[in-house]
Amino acid sequence: MVTDPILEIRDLRVDYGYGADAVTALSGVSLTLHRGEILGIAGESGCGKSTLAYAATRLLPPPGLVTGGAVLLHGAPGTPPVDLLSLPDAALRSRRWRDVAVVFQGALSSLNPVHRIRTQLTDAIAAHDPSSTRRSRLDRARELLAMVKLPEDRLSAYPHQLSGGMRQRVMIAMALALEPQVLILDEPTTALDVVVQKQIVEQLLELRERLGFSVVFITHDVSLLISYADRIAVMYAGEVVEVADAESIYREPRHPYTHALLNSFPPLQGPRRVVTGIGGAPPDLAALPPGCRFHPRCPYRMPACAERHPGLVASPYPGDDGRTVACLLHGTDDTTAVPAALAPRTRSRSA
Amino acid sequence: MTILGTDTAVADASPAPAAVRSPRRIGRRLLANAKVRIGLTIVAVFWLLAIVGAWLAPHDPNELSPDTLQGPSAGHWLGTTTTGQDIASQLLAGTRPVMLVAFGSGAIATVIAMVVGVAGGFLSGWAEEVLSMLTNIFLVLPAVPLMIIVASQLPQVGSWAVALVIALTGWAWGARILRAQTLSLRARDFVQAARANGESTRRIVFFEIIPNLATVIATSLVMTTLFALLAVVTLSFIGVTSLSDWNWGTVLYWAQTQQALQRGLWWWFIPPGLCIAILGMALALINFGIDEYANPRLRIGSVGAARLRRQGIRPRVGFTPVRRTAPARDPLDERRAG
Repeated sequence: MVTDPILEIRDLRVDYGYGADAVTALSGVSLTLHRGEILGIAGESGCGKSTLAYAATRLLPPPGLVTGGAVLLHGAPGTPPVDLLSLPDAALRSRRWRDVAVVFQGALSSLNPVHRIRTQLTDAIAAHDPSSTRRSRLDRARELLAMVKLPEDRLSAYPHQLSGGMRQRVMIAMALALEPQVLILDEPTTALDVVVQKQIVEQLLELRERLGFSVVFITHDVSLLISYADRIAVMYAGEVVEVADAESIYREPRHPYTHALLNSFPPLQGPRRVVTGIGGAPPDLAALPPGCRFHPRCPYRMPACAERHPGLVASPYPGDDGRTVACLLHGTDDTTAVPAALAPRTRSRSA
Repeated sequence: MTILGTDTAVADASPAPAAVRSPRRIGRRLLANAKVRIGLTIVAVFWLLAIVGAWLAPHDPNELSPDTLQGPSAGHWLGTTTTGQDIASQLLAGTRPVMLVAFGSGAIATVIAMVVGVAGGFLSGWAEEVLSMLTNIFLVLPAVPLMIIVASQLPQVGSWAVALVIALTGWAWGARILRAQTLSLRARDFVQAARANGESTRRIVFFEIIPNLATVIATSLVMTTLFALLAVVTLSFIGVTSLSDWNWGTVLYWAQTQQALQRGLWWWFIPPGLCIAILGMALALINFGIDEYANPRLRIGSVGAARLRRQGIRPRVGFTPVRRTAPARDPLDERRAG
């Protein structure tokens, strides 16, 4: 899918803490979300997935600090992009929900328990469009509930009267209230069972077809991403280590971490294989290993991995258009160094 | 009250649970806070004066002299009273009783508050009801009139009697706060888990609950001490306690009866007032420091608020600060700098 970009994250750097004891949570993350696309972000707990979502929208609570980079939001063709990170507060406040909306992780705690759903939905609209009438806001709230397939009478319900799935739907409706161009989903289905999870994700896809927004889908559930995302970015220890379309990532992972991640859940189709975990533990962001951050846990590590830090570069193989990977295995001329599991399929077959 | 700001949900998410922090680490972290350092230094200076002040005093505070109503001079650092007594000596002699009563009754009141508050929050049934009712009664009792009545009924009102009276009337606020926090802690999962794996009630109270209350108790101690300081000075000022025992309130009492304010004898009433204000400020600073330590929302790492402001960082929810490490990138910034 080749379309124009709508959200460009360039070299985003984020610290937690302001002084000498600051921990770098994101060290130069670059990602591009194209118009109409679903970009999945996968990675284990603590790798910076959620930090990325919150930092890009400047919602990161203290002691978060953005130390560099840009988050460019492209508007209509021809107009220059806006950097969300350099917007003054008032402009950021007015643009945030209108252009980029977020569905937060905990739907259970994101709704205020003392207000009815109606009030909470109309509040978001009123905050951005004070000139709208009460009636028009209510109509819009009704429309939004219908969009997420909730009965209209739920408008006068309190959050505790809704199930987890219904509350998550309300959160999605709230995020869509101002027809944003970009929707960031931060583990929207974590607390829900698989059936409700599937319903909600499919409903979101349907809404995307209808309304034409783009989605950044953050989850640790790689199988979910493989089935629904167009492209997947894999993160590890505050960096993106591989970006490719979902199909290629699933069939031919290039980064050892992606490969290990895919092997840690049973395959969706095809023959059964042994599910293996990833040995070791996620690195301490305050004491990162030198060189490649994954090398202490990597089964294919080379001596160079402990010394050189690989950048995210285009995959060198023909047919890997648009794929990027940060792994020294693929940078060398010595192609025999590339393990079969990470090499292009055709070559490994002929070898 | 700032103590209530201790956000329990955020405290849960903080990486180091209270029980793991060693007292030495807590001390180091607290001392890294400039407010705590300044506050503790001032308190330490006053304690030093409390210990050596009586010997340091150039005159006997009761000694009458012909030099009446003199302004500050080399002979009388802070001038003299209408009867020629040396005010500096009176203040120095008065520091010890003030400090003893303020800190003594602060400690006693905190112990009472801890027992009543934690027990009231942890127990259930009639014991909880009784303790809660007791707290409420002491909360609504007007403290100062009660202190006046009790103190004036005591035959020989020494410092310790005053301290006891203040402690007995000033513990209720601390108990209330500790009870609320204990109630919240009692319902947390880790306490339920401790109960489920068979820990005794005593162990739950001392190993699960109390360490989590440490900062609340510390704050309560500081605030009660501040209350006791003001109370003891008030009691002396209105003349309830023995006037032969010098303390800052007594100096103010004599200044008041001799109409120092109307006669413009500033050296008589400003120094004791300043002593009270500075010590009170020191205690408040310590309290702020503990609060910043205990409340992660106020905590801004090891960096002081002033330095953050200089760096252009304003920590706020919803508007993450952006500080690009290569600042010369923006042409606007360059113009401003040049």
